[in-house]
Amino acid sequence: MSTVAATGSPRIAVDKLGVLIALIAAVAALMPFAAFRANRIVVGISKGIFEALPLWEAVLVALALVAAILVALLRTPRLWRLFASLAMLAVLFVAIGHSASFLTPEGDRLARVSPGAGFWLAVFAFALLAADSFTRLKLAPWLRIVTLLLVAGAIALLLWSGAWNDLSILREYANRAEAFWREGQTHIALALGSLAAATVVGIPLGVVCHRVDGLRAVVLNVLNALQTIPSIALFGLLIAPLAWVAANVPGASAIGISGIGAAPAMVALFAYSLLPVVANTVVGLEGVPPAATDAARGMGMTNWQRLAKVEFPLAFPVILTGIRIVLVQNIGLATIAALIGGGGFGVFVFQGVGQTAMDLVLLGAVPTVALAFAAAVILDAIVEMVSTGARPA
Amino acid sequence: MIEIDALTKDYLDLTVVDHVSMRIDDGDIAVIVGTSGSGKTTLLRMINRLIEPTSGSVKIDGKDTRSVPAHLLRREIGYAIQGHGLFPHRTVGQNIATVPVLMGWEKPRIAARVEELLELFQLPADQFRDRLPSELSGGQQQRVGVARALAAEPKLLLMDEPFGALDPIIRAKAQADLVGIQKRFGTTIVLVTHDMEEAIHLGTRIAVMDQGKLLQYATPAEIVVKPATDFVGELLGSGDRAFRLLGLRRIGDFVEPGEASGAPVSAEQTLRDGLEEALWSGRAVLPVVDGAGKPVGRLTLATLQRLGARPQ
Ligand SMILES: Nc1ncnc2c1ncn2[C@@H]1O[C@H](COP(=O)(O)OP(=O)(O)OP(=O)(O)O)[C@@H](O)[C@H]1O
Ligand SMILES: [Mg+2]
Repeated sequence: MSTVAATGSPRIAVDKLGVLIALIAAVAALMPFAAFRANRIVVGISKGIFEALPLWEAVLVALALVAAILVALLRTPRLWRLFASLAMLAVLFVAIGHSASFLTPEGDRLARVSPGAGFWLAVFAFALLAADSFTRLKLAPWLRIVTLLLVAGAIALLLWSGAWNDLSILREYANRAEAFWREGQTHIALALGSLAAATVVGIPLGVVCHRVDGLRAVVLNVLNALQTIPSIALFGLLIAPLAWVAANVPGASAIGISGIGAAPAMVALFAYSLLPVVANTVVGLEGVPPAATDAARGMGMTNWQRLAKVEFPLAFPVILTGIRIVLVQNIGLATIAALIGGGGFGVFVFQGVGQTAMDLVLLGAVPTVALAFAAAVILDAIVEMVSTGARPA
Repeated sequence: MIEIDALTKDYLDLTVVDHVSMRIDDGDIAVIVGTSGSGKTTLLRMINRLIEPTSGSVKIDGKDTRSVPAHLLRREIGYAIQGHGLFPHRTVGQNIATVPVLMGWEKPRIAARVEELLELFQLPADQFRDRLPSELSGGQQQRVGVARALAAEPKLLLMDEPFGALDPIIRAKAQADLVGIQKRFGTTIVLVTHDMEEAIHLGTRIAVMDQGKLLQYATPAEIVVKPATDFVGELLGSGDRAFRLLGLRRIGDFVEPGEASGAPVSAEQTLRDGLEEALWSGRAVLPVVDGAGKPVGRLTLATLQRLGARPQ
């Protein structure tokens, strides 16, 4: 930064993103912090921060908010900003748990307290600040994964300590703990299973498309067309043909194929996954310097050797980027599998929508978002590691 | 020995290389020159079958190149291209080891060979072996590219404009290195360039190509003295024919007995260097010394004048 001696009076520098974050946080402070409902489906009563918490706690949260807004607004060192935002998030998380205990009448098992718009906005504002300062710190990939684990650990600690037990979403969880973990497993199995299948099929298909000129346009166009079918329609479209297969192909129903359930969900997710994998494989292979492939041929590598030793390693970071897109996309899309009986976190989302119980919707949506976020951070870190780590240790 | 016989390449109805026949003896540096698009690269790449000829044949040591699978043939032939084509994800050492690894050499032998080549190209192994190509200068990358082409001790080395991307000083150095290595290993080299100066400087024989046809295949002296067609003459440029001719001959071969005064010239320099020195210092006779600095005789301006004139 240049020091301008001539301007004389020292000015306080303002951070551009900080202004936005301060604005959002200020709006958040004016909105309801929590909502109280006598039972899970009646309309809630909004509670501002001073109604939602004991006075001294509310004052503490308000002071912390002012301090965090100042750190965000002014041009402060990155590490300060990161710590301020993480600390503010921690304060918000602890406060919302306290608020639930504070608002729930002693012994009342029907009353529900859920986070209000103000809480969500404030979380959004400081998560944005945390993400921004974190990105600008340019940490090494493995450090980012460690940070992710630390944050996950902190959240696990909050859950385990019981601090959130009076929150509506955990009340819903308490009633469905077993189903939650079962659907969680299904959700991950759907997302990862379809990704694995798409990788196994998509990478070789990409290689073939790259090598055979005429094929590339055809395959990519078909996959593009698949991608444009709305997801619910695709899930629906698969019901009839898979039901037919189950009924007419011996053994098909024995291995779990049927018109509804996990099979069509898996097939649909697989179909969506194929384009990013194939397209990135083709793009990655096309990005290999022609001089390198020419040299590989000229030095006597066979087609296989050239693919394995030169083209694939050079295309790998791009292919991995495709896999990253697919994984994050599939974790989100797998929610829809519940519509056709495929299971997954979507079960809670659609049940919740059906019962107009927002807490139940959140029980499905929050872990889905968390999974997608974690997958993105981890795969980004891996992509960066393989892109720069071409040299041996 | 490489015998190229009526080698032809057609793309649809376009004949890119047209019945080219030439013989390259062991230890030759055959330089293919011609304007852009004349078919030089195509001709070169048909030798290691990176391009399959439409008709005609290539024999190496009497054996038709089509008698072995293409990839095995290529492992026996060194190949270096403009822009070096190093593998960006592999270290310098791994790049150089490519062909020896493909040929299944044992590890210690590969390591020793990599080290030997790096030292030969003045790239200290402990400093350069584990670097990635992106961590080298252009000149260093080019040297690694040539080192890689030589790794499996090929008897034949094909080079496609290997010095094209280098600045004049590094280029001269790379050319000198190449000549040194050729002398040391006796490698036969076929080199493509569009620079006639480079061809005359490096070649023991020059093949001039135009529109797919081989116009002339001869020693540099012959090409300079007797261009086969107007096109070859044009490619040479008419400006400094006499100097080119003198540049091809060693002073040592034209020394007369006698003495002269002033700074001596070396018997190893070319007649062109001698002429330059005579003109610059205003002398009609120059003392000549051998490599050890011992006087061996003198060189006269009259000799230079006679040798620089168009031979009859
Ligand atoms: N695959 C191909 N299909 C059709 N024409 C081709 C193909 N490859 C080369 N050619 C044509 O063949 C001719 C000779 O090409 P070549 O690469 O051998 O030229 P060159 O002498 O090496 O030129 P330069 O000095 O520019 O490298 C050019 O006119 C080129 O357009
Ligand atoms: Mg060329």
